[in-house]
Amino acid sequence: MAMVEAQGTGGGAMAALRRAEPVVVPVLALLAGLVVFALFLLTQGRSPIAFFGYVWQGAFGSAFSWMNTLSRAAPLLLAALCVALPARLGLVVIGGEGAIVLGGLAAGAVALPLAGVPAVIGLPVMAACAMAVGAVWIGMAGALRHYRGVNETISSLLLAYIAIALMNHLVEGPLRDPESLNKPSTAPLDEALRVGMIPGMDVHWGLVFGAIACVLAWVLVERTRWGFAARIAGGNVRAAEVQGLPVGRLILGFTALGGACAGLAGFFEVAAVHWSANASLAAGYGYTGILIAFLARHNAIAIIPVAILLAGFDASSGLIQRRMDLPDATMQVLQGIVFMAILMSDAAYGRLPFFKAKG
Amino acid sequence: MENDLGWWAVPLAVLGGAIRVSTPILFVSLGEMLTERSGRINLGLEGTLVFGAMAGYATAVVTGDPWAGVVLAALAGAVFGLVHGLICSMARVNDIAIGIAMMLLGTGLAFYFGKPFIQPVAPDLPSIPFGWWSDVPQVQAALNVNVLFLLGIAAALVLHWGLRSTKPGLILRVVGDSTDAARAMGLRPAVIRTMATAIGGAFAGVGGAYLSLFYPGSWNEGISSGQGLMAVALVIFARWQPINCFWAAMLFGGAGALGPALQSVGVTEGYYLFYAAPYVLTLGVLIATSSPNRALAGAPGELSITK
Repeated sequence: MAMVEAQGTGGGAMAALRRAEPVVVPVLALLAGLVVFALFLLTQGRSPIAFFGYVWQGAFGSAFSWMNTLSRAAPLLLAALCVALPARLGLVVIGGEGAIVLGGLAAGAVALPLAGVPAVIGLPVMAACAMAVGAVWIGMAGALRHYRGVNETISSLLLAYIAIALMNHLVEGPLRDPESLNKPSTAPLDEALRVGMIPGMDVHWGLVFGAIACVLAWVLVERTRWGFAARIAGGNVRAAEVQGLPVGRLILGFTALGGACAGLAGFFEVAAVHWSANASLAAGYGYTGILIAFLARHNAIAIIPVAILLAGFDASSGLIQRRMDLPDATMQVLQGIVFMAILMSDAAYGRLPFFKAKG
Repeated sequence: MENDLGWWAVPLAVLGGAIRVSTPILFVSLGEMLTERSGRINLGLEGTLVFGAMAGYATAVVTGDPWAGVVLAALAGAVFGLVHGLICSMARVNDIAIGIAMMLLGTGLAFYFGKPFIQPVAPDLPSIPFGWWSDVPQVQAALNVNVLFLLGIAAALVLHWGLRSTKPGLILRVVGDSTDAARAMGLRPAVIRTMATAIGGAFAGVGGAYLSLFYPGSWNEGISSGQGLMAVALVIFARWQPINCFWAAMLFGGAGALGPALQSVGVTEGYYLFYAAPYVLTLGVLIATSSPNRALAGAPGELSITK
């Protein structure tokens, strides 16, 4: 997907401009998407100004709304990494939702025998199990791709549906807490095994770990030889093989790493938000993560601001439903339009007049 | 639950279920087959299916005529396909990624506009009681075949003949196999691919109308749950052949009907696992029919997922 061609080295100013292209083009595409969405609202007889006013108010207007936004950003950061890491190898993995669901379920399940164990031991064990399950789940899509040539986009999404069915089966059956009547869930976590809030904020620790994961992923991709090898393999698999790069191990490693991130998101959803594993795990974070990764052009650092922006839209959704009487799917329409705009902008690279090298 | 037929009710219900459940999968896979034969993949048909279900249902509620719903669903599907086709004709735009975006946009628009139509009841599409000769209610139920199922079979046969023996079919195959060869023949690949995607979208729209207007026969947000995506995966399994699309759809309809059929004879254990059966089966056939080294037999040469 990274089709930016860095041909030639123009003058200093031109070079700087061209380096700005990967930032300017997505921002313009995002704005174009928002304009199209505003037109859509006008056809519905709604005021776009009121809409974006409520988005601001609900997402970033007060300390309370900031906390709401940042809480939602935590799983989105990790879900986006599940897309962005394999994308560096040219893989389009869209089944992060499955790894979130199974990761959360694994965390909820191992927490039961861990009751009474101090948090210093219990929480890392839960997180490790969640990450391992997520890594296996998405790694499977990578393995199928490498060993059997199965398209990873389709297989990962099928695996997501299978994961949700598996979670429903286990939560309604073997792992069900008999006391969860209306909403079948695993037994609630031991008090000691709940992840708390960041001091001074109403946001759980998942945000910090999500941001750290983004930074580590950026270092891995941009500053290590594995990341370098992955970028080469993503550009041209055959060239990478001729160079003797371990393409298979890279594919397995990057998909598993992405899955581990999504599994960690599931862990935080269970340990910090729901305190038990249930159907709320399939909240669509995995799908929003796809859009975030594409908007960030699979750059792990860029994921952080983009995830906060998208979490803000998500956080203001309730306010907009109440005040403007719009259905909850409005945000999905907005996401779809922005997604289309960002993909169409791929055609614009190297074409915008002010980025063109002269002579 | 007592039942005269005992365990025989299971295969019967699976057969009946296969006929009922397979129709939308058949339509989507025929549409996707047509698109892929032109050298492009449209993953967005899941969104088209859901939007078609909503558009068809809403139209049937408003006009009182389910066939008007089918026609409008087909038109809406064609518009979605056209959008996908036109965007993919732009330079360097990835057809798989656009499909994912259209999946999101299609379901989002369907939920947005479909909110007021969750409550009202739309008239059903008519079906033909082929089980009239039997006194057993289960047999009658299993052989109560919807007209769209028969239309789907007819479409598969027509496409089989059309791709093989007509000039438009030949043009489509040339464009799908080699952009360069098509250009050399004076064809415009982008235009032909866009048309094939639009027609494919119309098929998916009809499949959606079947979902909301016959089986399950109501509009809600969980109506498709990945059937459009499974149909896309099935096209690979069907080796891009229309007749094979029919058999594959029947197989998957049967797999989808297994859970409810077992439930009807009192087996409720593992209901959610049976619910996963079609997805597991799809993945299984993908693994069995894919290959890491050689190009797949029957695959269009320009198709990105098999390259």
